[in-house]
Amino acid sequence: MNRPGVDRSGTGASAAPATGGGRIRTPLPFPTAAAPAVADTQLRANLHRATRTIRGKRARVVDEVPDWEALRDAGAAIKADVQRRLPELLEQFEASATAAGATVHWARDAAEACRIVVELTRAAGADEVVKVKSMATQEIELNEALEAAGIAAYETDLAELIVQLGDDTPSHILVPAIHYNRAQIREIFHRRMPDAPADLSDEPSALAEAARAHLRRRFLSARVAVSGANFAIADTGTLVVVESEGNGRMCLTLPETLISVVGVEKLLPTFTDLEVFLQLLPRSSTGERMNPYTSMWTGVTPGDGPQSVHVVLVDNGRSAVLADPVGRPTLSCIRCSACLNVCPVYERAGGHAYGSVYPGPIGAILSPQLTGVADNASLPYASTLCGACYDVCPVKINIPEILVHLRQQAPHPLAERATMRVLSWVMRSPRRWAAALRLARAGAGPLGAYRERRTGARTLRRLPWPASAWTRSRDLPLPAPQTFREWWDQQ
Amino acid sequence: MRIALFITCVNDLAYPGTGIAVTRILRRLGHTVDFPTDQTCCGQMHANTGYRAEAMPMVRNYVDVFDEYDAIVAPSGSCTAMIRDQYPRLHPPAAPVAARTYELSELLVDVLGVTDVGAEFPETVTYHPTCHGLRMLRLGDRPLKLLRQVRGIQLVELGDAEECCGFGGTFALKNPDVSTAMLTDKCARVRDTGARVLAAADNSCLAHIGGGLDRHRSGVRAVHYAEILAATGATS
Ligand code: SF4
Repeated sequence: MNRPGVDRSGTGASAAPATGGGRIRTPLPFPTAAAPAVADTQLRANLHRATRTIRGKRARVVDEVPDWEALRDAGAAIKADVQRRLPELLEQFEASATAAGATVHWARDAAEACRIVVELTRAAGADEVVKVKSMATQEIELNEALEAAGIAAYETDLAELIVQLGDDTPSHILVPAIHYNRAQIREIFHRRMPDAPADLSDEPSALAEAARAHLRRRFLSARVAVSGANFAIADTGTLVVVESEGNGRMCLTLPETLISVVGVEKLLPTFTDLEVFLQLLPRSSTGERMNPYTSMWTGVTPGDGPQSVHVVLVDNGRSAVLADPVGRPTLSCIRCSACLNVCPVYERAGGHAYGSVYPGPIGAILSPQLTGVADNASLPYASTLCGACYDVCPVKINIPEILVHLRQQAPHPLAERATMRVLSWVMRSPRRWAAALRLARAGAGPLGAYRERRTGARTLRRLPWPASAWTRSRDLPLPAPQTFREWWDQQ
Repeated sequence: MRIALFITCVNDLAYPGTGIAVTRILRRLGHTVDFPTDQTCCGQMHANTGYRAEAMPMVRNYVDVFDEYDAIVAPSGSCTAMIRDQYPRLHPPAAPVAARTYELSELLVDVLGVTDVGAEFPETVTYHPTCHGLRMLRLGDRPLKLLRQVRGIQLVELGDAEECCGFGGTFALKNPDVSTAMLTDKCARVRDTGARVLAAADNSCLAHIGGGLDRHRSGVRAVHYAEILAATGATS
């Protein structure tokens, strides 16, 4: 099996790290996929209300913490250390978890990870599993793989359940059903949840109660559970899941077999490192001081909880991210979603526009790195580089810097490249630049004078493609009658 | 102190009034300013769109042209951020001159130690802090400190001021739908203030927001805050 940075083949051949598979590729370029969302006023209102509420909450609880900046620095430093020593820490995790009675599996990519989970479920003699909300299993498209193998997968997180019943995909990493309002959720329950009460109202408490009753039966009958993990502790072999509803704890304790699918970057060196992350994560994600449920398990405890515990460590392109010193901090992400909630582009475009399970600013840098930039070339451009994401990121990932870095690697459209080259040739020479300014002004001069005479404005209202991308919603200023350098020369 | 003007490509071509305003302010404060004519562009558009190699000649040109000055002032938050934040990474020898490059409000408040530049501008004005000035340069309330000293001005607060206007350089062209949605919201917040003038520290963002305000015939004028600081009431 392939451990990141560890050559176990014995051949010494260092092939380039493999890229990842699963649902991390954009089927449509971002601008195309964003267009329907931008036009959907209901969706935009839902997103605006939800993100605004949660960013307000986050800002308030973060302001309460006097050493927040120090905590961020500590989080970033621990994660940087993990990235420096990942192969060693993974070996340590495997040894500790194995010693505690867990079985560790290694998966190079999405397909391999799915195969392992299917085989383990079959070996347990089960034809259904209950699931704890998990980004890693979304990423590898585990539900689809299980279904193809004749195994039913039931999501137990409320929002994840809504999305599953709605035959939809999540649009936010923390609030997967953020794009629905409660009337829409009631409608989905009515249609797809056979045991929902006939007079179900759209009160949040009524909806939650219906889901609770529905899920209770599943928890009690399931023999296999599948989870992800927020953290995996190298020195103890402990896995940690942080959640709000308690459904996770039901899955983690009731079934006989527990299979956890964990990205290799989730490692933390020591148990005490949790101190930092259990402060950073809840405040950044749900805007709470502490999340309601934190579950930790270390291998098997005889007579208590699952007696068969498996950990599937997934690479799926992470080694390639690790190999790039500029992109590497992307692996520090703790999936808190703070960057999504402050991103004005996410707020307008919605999560589905990113075409990957990872939307928003983190998705714009993570997905292209996991797949190779050429396969997700529009995502590094799905940002204005406004920097709001970097400001809130609890582990200080410099998202704008990584976006620009990935743009260097993206394949550029031919016409754009030609234009950029010519502009660079002109702008590198003061003489050519001054001449170009004169030329632009001379060209626009009569036009400007004409517009000015007619409308009093020195702006253009309608231009042919590609400038139409600008003039469809804003006027374009014309070159001034006199450039600054001409004014300077004149005095 | 030898102060040089860096008048960005957008300003030179379409907004010469901003450079003229900076010159007037500094002269009024008793400083001599120089405009080395060999300057061109900071290379931000190329670098941020993914054309680092094509940006490099401009980076080197900037260092050649401005290395001899004690302070360089640019009336543009995003170009100053490009120089201060990205130059040292792109071209390590650029670090010293990058560190001596200031956005106008930094030069006035931090280097020259003035907040009252003797301006008069009897209008209601709202201020939009542009993203690079806000988050990369951390300008804070320096521009507002300067504006508050202007005679006759009435400053009104902009709602959701810190949210990006949707310009983002080539973003406006590559993602026109999302950009337009952001612009529409920004224009609505500007109109909510009732101000007659929208001020900011970046003519590119102003071209974007101003272009949107003009399109909607809002009657709000988009103005670089340097032009407010240069105004003396007689002609504003
Ligand atoms: S990039 Fe930072 S802010 Fe965004 S989800 Fe990851 S940890 Fe949170």
